[in-house]
Amino acid sequence: MEFDTIAAISTPMGEGAIAIVRLSGDEAFKIADKIYRGPGGKILSEAPSHTIHYGNLIDPRTETVVEEVMVSVMKGPKTFTREDVIEINCHGGLVSVNRVLQLALNNGARLAEPGEFTKRAFLNGRIDLSQAEAVMDLIRAKTDRAMNVALGQMEGRLSRLIKGLRQEILETLAQVEVNIDYPEYDDVEEMTHRLFMDRAKHVEAELDKLLRTSEQGKILREGLSTVIIGRPNVGKSSLLNSLVHENKAIVTDIPGTTRDVIEEYVNVRGVPLRLLDTAGIRETEDIVERIGVERSRAVLKEADLILLVLNNSVPLSIEDEQLFQAVQGMDVIVIVNKMDLPSQLDIERVKELAGQNPFVATSLLEDKGVDELEEAISSLFFAGNIEAGDMTYVSNSRHIALINQALNAIKDAIQAIEEGTPIDLVQIDFTRTWELLGEITGDNVHESLIDQLFSQFCLGK
Amino acid sequence: MPYEAGSYDVIVVGAGHAGVEAGLASARLGAKTLMLTINLDMVAFMPCNPSVGGPAKGIVVREIDALGGEMGRNIDKTHIQMRMLNTGKGPAVRALRAQADKFLYQQEMKRTIENEEKLDLVQGMVERLVMEDGSCKGVITQTGAVYRAKTVVITTGTFLRGEIILGELKYSSGPNNQQPSIKLSEHLEELGFEMVRFKTGTPPRVHSETIDYSKTEIQPGDDVPRAFSYETTKFITDQLPCWLTYTSEVTHQIIDDNLHRSPMYSGMIKGTGPRYCPSIEDKVVRFHDKPRHQIFLEPEGRNTHEVYVQGLSTSLPEDVQRQVLASIPGLENVQLMRAGYAIEYDSVVPTQLWPTLETKKVPNLYTAGQINGTSGYEEAAGQGLMAGINAALKALEKDELILSRSDAYIGVLIDDLVTKGTNEPYRLLTSRAEYRLLLRHDNADLRLTQKGYDIGLIKEDRYQRFTEKKEAIEKEMERIRSIIIKPAPEVQELIISKGGSELKDGIRASDLLKRPEMGYEHIQQLVPADYEISPEVSEQVEIQTKYEGYIEKSLQQVEKLKKMENKKIPENIDYDAITGLATEARQKLKQVRPLSVAQASRISGVNPADTSILLVYLEQGKIARINR
Repeated sequence: MEFDTIAAISTPMGEGAIAIVRLSGDEAFKIADKIYRGPGGKILSEAPSHTIHYGNLIDPRTETVVEEVMVSVMKGPKTFTREDVIEINCHGGLVSVNRVLQLALNNGARLAEPGEFTKRAFLNGRIDLSQAEAVMDLIRAKTDRAMNVALGQMEGRLSRLIKGLRQEILETLAQVEVNIDYPEYDDVEEMTHRLFMDRAKHVEAELDKLLRTSEQGKILREGLSTVIIGRPNVGKSSLLNSLVHENKAIVTDIPGTTRDVIEEYVNVRGVPLRLLDTAGIRETEDIVERIGVERSRAVLKEADLILLVLNNSVPLSIEDEQLFQAVQGMDVIVIVNKMDLPSQLDIERVKELAGQNPFVATSLLEDKGVDELEEAISSLFFAGNIEAGDMTYVSNSRHIALINQALNAIKDAIQAIEEGTPIDLVQIDFTRTWELLGEITGDNVHESLIDQLFSQFCLGK
Repeated sequence: MPYEAGSYDVIVVGAGHAGVEAGLASARLGAKTLMLTINLDMVAFMPCNPSVGGPAKGIVVREIDALGGEMGRNIDKTHIQMRMLNTGKGPAVRALRAQADKFLYQQEMKRTIENEEKLDLVQGMVERLVMEDGSCKGVITQTGAVYRAKTVVITTGTFLRGEIILGELKYSSGPNNQQPSIKLSEHLEELGFEMVRFKTGTPPRVHSETIDYSKTEIQPGDDVPRAFSYETTKFITDQLPCWLTYTSEVTHQIIDDNLHRSPMYSGMIKGTGPRYCPSIEDKVVRFHDKPRHQIFLEPEGRNTHEVYVQGLSTSLPEDVQRQVLASIPGLENVQLMRAGYAIEYDSVVPTQLWPTLETKKVPNLYTAGQINGTSGYEEAAGQGLMAGINAALKALEKDELILSRSDAYIGVLIDDLVTKGTNEPYRLLTSRAEYRLLLRHDNADLRLTQKGYDIGLIKEDRYQRFTEKKEAIEKEMERIRSIIIKPAPEVQELIISKGGSELKDGIRASDLLKRPEMGYEHIQQLVPADYEISPEVSEQVEIQTKYEGYIEKSLQQVEKLKKMENKKIPENIDYDAITGLATEARQKLKQVRPLSVAQASRISGVNPADTSILLVYLEQGKIARINR
């Protein structure tokens, strides 16, 4: 739908220290008010335009803090889109920025289509004529691509599950409709509140389950953000190369973002690793020396997995010890490389420092130990309470937001039933659930209800 | 030999349910109007079920009435029974249905037409249109009469190349053995209209005196007097009942055994039939494990013994129909009076119409009713009214009237037809309306009377009553919103007696009314108004208060729709010039030629990206014009 409030991550997906989530539309301020808690009970919608505010983002359902943020408030029409705009500055990194986006989507915003901010700017008279063609091309090109990606994602379990759920809802809807349109038709069980409640509760439970697996699913989709650290010359680049060469590198869009950043992934025994590129490795080369233990900890904390590489042929150094300190409490695999060379390293000490973390000895030069490393990565990931074989991958922010909204709609339905609201009104929330799930599968034809009606029941004069 | 027979503002071809509304509306708007019918004795004839209204359809009748149409008033004067349906459900789906005395209905409608000052009712079969410069300027009848007019409305129902099929028998005919209209259909094809073949059917009629009613269940009308029209003050109290019986296993066996003789299954019928109105053979085949089907026995009028056997629509041979009837409890010895039959007919693919129901191909020509691919008297009447209004407005050089999907079921119906088309005879269902909570039976007048008044179909005195009602509703809403009910003992007592929980604090009367256990009468009891409040007003206050949250949500959606409806698409837009539209979308847009972006977005095959591109393109045009 045009003219509703849209949201998207508007900074490049990378490891920047700061990322921005932008909202635009009539309800931008209202949504911001819902999720922002400022010092002294500050209300964003009452703040002067073009000001920035420190505060916390909270999940309004639980009142728990999600992120510490700076929020810019800009009242239309003096904004890029000429609508009310909210910009949330949060910590960089895939996880935190997605969490912020998710929060906005769950509270009434819709994920922006590709190029939609620009389109709005144009439609609201912000951009001149020469740009119009470009905007149209952008919409077409990006939409086609997003469609392909979306279609790819829709294969498999999630799609089947959502379709199944929608069919269930549709049958219930059809039953209610038959009661309404054919009130004298005696063959259909009258949809009672109790019956309706059973169906609604079941849908709620299924959606709940989907959301619970979504966090894990997201990691599977977007990759385990992985950092390789170690002193110069320990073999970090060799490790990267060997992982990339051994495994099929996947080139894909990062789902759930409007920025079509192409990233490299490697798939290690079913675990997608999003390895920091070589530039990243250079940056972390002397990370501890450069920025100190405390600050490097903050940077590394964004990573899901750290591969800490040591050199077997030289003794353990102060810097190595500092690296261990910096990654304490994180998911780390300790790799002792260059096993082909005479050992100068105090392996016992290393094991001590590694503690609970897995320890792998390799000789990347001779291609030894890589299997063990892969095994370690895979078991670290799957050993948790993730049952990889039995999960549905709800991967992308848009899907998660839609499922969340669908869940809210079904909760409204349940509440309405509890209050004894007439069935045909409860039906409104039930239909909304069906439509929201349809947006995931890209299948929202109203006619299908009528088809269902006539295939499920024998009606007519 | 052709001869000049007269000159009019508007000509309506056909006098069925669409035609009579079109003709009356046109004449009442001040246009000099001619109504032509093949047979003067068949004005407002009901060739199928003797009833008016029901879910969605009943609301259409109310809408027709609120706009100044005739159907509601006519059925109020001629019904044998009325019932409010869905009373146990929410306010949005309540619907009134009447059993008609179909003969009285016709007589009454004919008299109304004859009495209408600017309306001439004439017998004649139209064969061709008078065409000048590609526009329609009148009609020519079989007898050579040339009638000239500024606009023409065609409402030919199932008459266009109609063919009746009854068992192995198939013959050229209109409904109920009327003369079919063959040349007009050919002429429309010549003019380049795309036509499609549809099928519908009707059940047998039987003699009331030969029915054993003791084996059936009685279905009486409501005890409370009901009416469709907001103008009706005299209510019919002497009602006739209908009766319910069922098919038996024997029935199904007979049908199974004779399927090879059914034109539905032998391939004789090629037209597409409506799914919501299947024949009994269809029901038995498609739902084979269903042990029995309901059969309603409905009197066709007060002065006849003919009874309509609802649920038994069929085109099986007459001898099989007799066996089928005899297998139904209560009908063992029934006398068949007329056999059921199927009818195939031509209709115009409705995406060839503008939302005013004027054809895109031939200016000044309008079509309405079954010719547009719909089924049902109410759907026909709603379209007839709108086509008549728009044909007259055009003839009188006034602005057109288009109802939105958020205004009325009639708006939903017409938008569906002209935007999406239909591949079976179209019937209105409540589920087709996305804003059905707003399109209620009870508020049709509040939605549409203003529009009816603005164009001149609603008279001053009625409009006066309407504004008074509206003001009374607002006043009472305001009162219960501002008045606080305190937790006094008598208040608590009443709440508890209704199964609610005690008040902790004072509460607005309107908020107390929102509680499920409370009704408006309780509010009146606790904090009575010091002036009289009519039942119509209290009904509105109760519904609008109790369902405020849902109504508010629907209104927000309508708000968004309106924004898109306000993005108008110029009629002369060149879709080929818009780069970036998907091929399918471009084709569909060129075919449908939507008037607004909202309408464009509803066309199947036009996806959101195409809608966006269209918006951008339109905006671009605006900038270009400013720069020029």
